[in-house]
Amino acid sequence: MQQYSYYPGCSLHSAHKGYDMSCRAVAEKLGCELIEIEDWNCCGATIYMSVKEITSLAIASRNLALAEQYPRDVVAPCSSCFTVLSKANRYLKNNRELDQKVNSCLAEAGLHYGGGVRVRHPLDVLTNDVGTEIIRTYVEKPLAGLKIANYYGCQIVRPERGFDDRENPTTMDDLFESLGAENVYFPMKVRCCGGMLMTTYEEVALKLSKELLECALENGADCIATTCPLCQMNLESYQDKINRAFGSKFEMPILFFTQVIGVALGIDEKTLGIDKNFYRCKKLEEIARSTAVAAGNGKPAPELVEA
Amino acid sequence: MKIEDIRTPGRLTPKESELRVAFLEQVGVIPGGEKIKACIQCGTCTGSCPVSYAMDVPPRELIALFRAGDMEALLKSKAIWTCASCYACQTRCPAAIKITDVIYALKRTAMERKIYSAKFPVHSLADSFMKSMFRFGRLNEPRLMVYYFLKSGFWKAFSYLPLGLKMAGKERIEYRASKIKDIKGLRKIMKAAEKLDMPIEYEVKPYREEAVGYKAVG
Repeated sequence: MQQYSYYPGCSLHSAHKGYDMSCRAVAEKLGCELIEIEDWNCCGATIYMSVKEITSLAIASRNLALAEQYPRDVVAPCSSCFTVLSKANRYLKNNRELDQKVNSCLAEAGLHYGGGVRVRHPLDVLTNDVGTEIIRTYVEKPLAGLKIANYYGCQIVRPERGFDDRENPTTMDDLFESLGAENVYFPMKVRCCGGMLMTTYEEVALKLSKELLECALENGADCIATTCPLCQMNLESYQDKINRAFGSKFEMPILFFTQVIGVALGIDEKTLGIDKNFYRCKKLEEIARSTAVAAGNGKPAPELVEA
Repeated sequence: MKIEDIRTPGRLTPKESELRVAFLEQVGVIPGGEKIKACIQCGTCTGSCPVSYAMDVPPRELIALFRAGDMEALLKSKAIWTCASCYACQTRCPAAIKITDVIYALKRTAMERKIYSAKFPVHSLADSFMKSMFRFGRLNEPRLMVYYFLKSGFWKAFSYLPLGLKMAGKERIEYRASKIKDIKGLRKIMKAAEKLDMPIEYEVKPYREEAVGYKAVG
């Protein structure tokens, strides 16, 4: 059984419990063990990085130092945590002076970070460690007929080239295709949703989010699948505000990609935290209610049943 | 630009050169930050930016202004606070300039110089973030919002009320802030790092005739 150090981050413990629940459920089903980093702290997020550099790197590195005690990769589902942790990793590797400064701060708490941790995103783990071919064998409820707009957001594919292309990532598309879903044409898959501008410069962020929803709706998507808690928050919770501001009538369900995968793997909706979302995806609920097909569970795949 | 800042071509005013040093110090931290020199002014960054339409100085002009020697206008611009950190410019830049990180460097320089008031939204959000981090080691969203509204204007809180109620209905609000176990250690780390983050004091030279090369008007 593959083991990973799990870094949930603050938002997965509060406003986005559904992401946390579905990540854990899917990992368990696919035979990966997520071991939460003990006594982790907030990563500092994007806003801190832009304001105080060394402090933000030091608090991010504390988590990496804690994770370094075990020979496991760190899995960070929140896009912001993922970027900040990988950025801290990269900066310390490239700038020795910075590395010394940060480690002198860590030494105050008796910690040291040597730079030996790999930071990964669940999407990366699912496609590259587990593999779509294996995931396919676990499918109990094929997502036939579900039209998904895959929204990657900014921070898992940029700034450095990671596990996927920066302009046209396809890992999530491949994943859903192997689960039997239909990926709609969604050219805005890496366009910004507004991020934290939603609190500091609302009118701009509302426009950006509205454009995304519009694009998904026009291309006939039943739901948007996302990898980022902040994108989910902006697109889902602010839909009321967007409707008021632009006179639109969006009721687009925004799901975490792990929730969609979870349904296909036959995990029930409560465990995946889908009931915590504001908008219900009727098509996905239909699939969840359908009878399960016998799954291979790791053995060669039985052909997907086309509906 | 004030009258005493008028300068001969090719020479920088003391204030300008001082701001430049401060800014370049921040840029120096970025791996590959020195590539800012390689800008070809193609405008790919402005074209890729989803929020450039709302910026007073779009990304290409930011670098042009830096080159032209008007750091003050650069640091005073609203544009650096409009950036949503999506990194679209940075990935597409043909000269591999780390534009988003350069904008971060500008933000830090502007904050360091106190060009923006503490009531400024980004500043107060960052401060509130810091407060929550220092107390608990983790971010508590309701508390963050309360701190933020107290700082940036209380009336704003009312427009967030419906959303808060909706979130509460779905059990998506964590009221109890949980402290991490080694909060003392984290506080020590933060205090030590804050000291290193303190602005470096540069010598500000008073205006002298020789510095400009001619007697200023008046």
